[in-house]
Amino acid sequence: MATYQLQLPLTENDIRTLRAGDMVTLTGEIYTARDAAHKRLIALLEEGKELPVDLAGQTLYYVGPAPASPGHAVGSAGPTTSYRMDPYTPRLLELGLKGMIGKGKRSDEVRTAMQQYGAVYFGAVGGAAALISRSIKKMEVMAYPDLGPEAIHRFTVENFPVIVLMDAFGGNIYEEGPKLYKREML
Amino acid sequence: MRQIPVSQLTEKIKQLIFTASYEIGPDVEKAVQDAMKTEASEIGRSVLCQLCENYQIAREERIAICQDTGMAVIFIDVGQDVHFTEGNFEDAVHEGVRQAYAEGYLRKSVVKEPIFDRKNTTDNTPAVIHTRLVPGDQVHILITCKGFGSENMSALKMLVPADGVEGVKKFIVETAKKAGPNPCPPMIIGVGVGGTMEQAALIAKRMTARAVGSRNAHPQYARLEEEVLSAINCLGIGPAGIGGTTTALAVNIDFAPTHIAGLPVAVNICCHAARHAEGTL
Ligand code: SF4
Repeated sequence: MATYQLQLPLTENDIRTLRAGDMVTLTGEIYTARDAAHKRLIALLEEGKELPVDLAGQTLYYVGPAPASPGHAVGSAGPTTSYRMDPYTPRLLELGLKGMIGKGKRSDEVRTAMQQYGAVYFGAVGGAAALISRSIKKMEVMAYPDLGPEAIHRFTVENFPVIVLMDAFGGNIYEEGPKLYKREML
Repeated sequence: MRQIPVSQLTEKIKQLIFTASYEIGPDVEKAVQDAMKTEASEIGRSVLCQLCENYQIAREERIAICQDTGMAVIFIDVGQDVHFTEGNFEDAVHEGVRQAYAEGYLRKSVVKEPIFDRKNTTDNTPAVIHTRLVPGDQVHILITCKGFGSENMSALKMLVPADGVEGVKKFIVETAKKAGPNPCPPMIIGVGVGGTMEQAALIAKRMTARAVGSRNAHPQYARLEEEVLSAINCLGIGPAGIGGTTTALAVNIDFAPTHIAGLPVAVNICCHAARHAEGTL
């Protein structure tokens, strides 16, 4: 387990270096999308149309933030469960998506595509949403404002705390971590 | 007969939702702090530490502990000598929810219809309301704001009497194991045993709000709680599901009389953002 402070977008070198279990802080810009936005993005791709945001090289955060109270850039903004995005993700990885932030396990298809195209899946601590919101300095709506909290936003983040859940080499902390601590039941 | 204008009910519900959404219960916070001392995994400890910081920030800045501010599930015990005036009881409850989610910067996560439209009601109503009539002239309210990362990992099974205590244990542990990282462990697990299908589920929901660290007054159930809790903490899932010895903070079980042919078991999973609050009118 190593710790890194990384500047976004992720570089090829970052992707080659990071391993499941590393603790990382991210600074720079990330995009947000969850179920409804993914569905629309993939529908556009199927029609051969251009996407409203260029995701090549970018990092996507699966989140639907709570409304911002006065004086805050954003309300509480912790990760949502990622597997609901799995059917759409390989296509986005093919387009050059390099990083994802969410929580929970991913499908084998996502894992394979991450290895094939070179991408990292980070975890933010589910439920640590007030803490996370402190590292989000700015929020802009980039597409689909009609989706409210599910719109595509761009967050400017500083030292956003994440853990590498799955790396570009098939490493997966959800498999390796629990094995280390599993004990015989009494 | 005590008269209570429904506006008081609305206001009370609103305040309780604020409390639940911003202020974690001292029982849960203490349990997470204690787990920081016993958790074997280093990243696990850092996750627990983030949770403690998160509770503190939410409380001090009065912002939501988690962005999934849940669906409001409201248990109301109405004294039979109470007469609500100046409006409809359930409308007043929903109004409290509406005001709390709008004024408190809480996320609206309720859709009107579950299969076809799934259109957001935009004010987080309706709440799920469970009302009981009890003796007296007071109104007791218990609110839980239930996030769905953990709700989705819950399960119910109609066991048969022959499955016995081992069957019950196995089903609870299997449910926690299947949930894995999804319900944001460490979890708080509410279990209802007996009754009918829906009664078991209702007990399980109430049990997610019973204080962490408390035990069932019935010694056999208290022992069952302890055994299941330690079995779940042997699974290795750990904080945030990335490995560790703190998978659950509590397994709270309660029971109800049931049919000679039945043994319903409902397991309702709640995350560490266990938001509930109670109050009396
Ligand atoms: S499971 Fe709980 S802590 Fe996790 S995202 Fe949902 S509400 Fe928040």
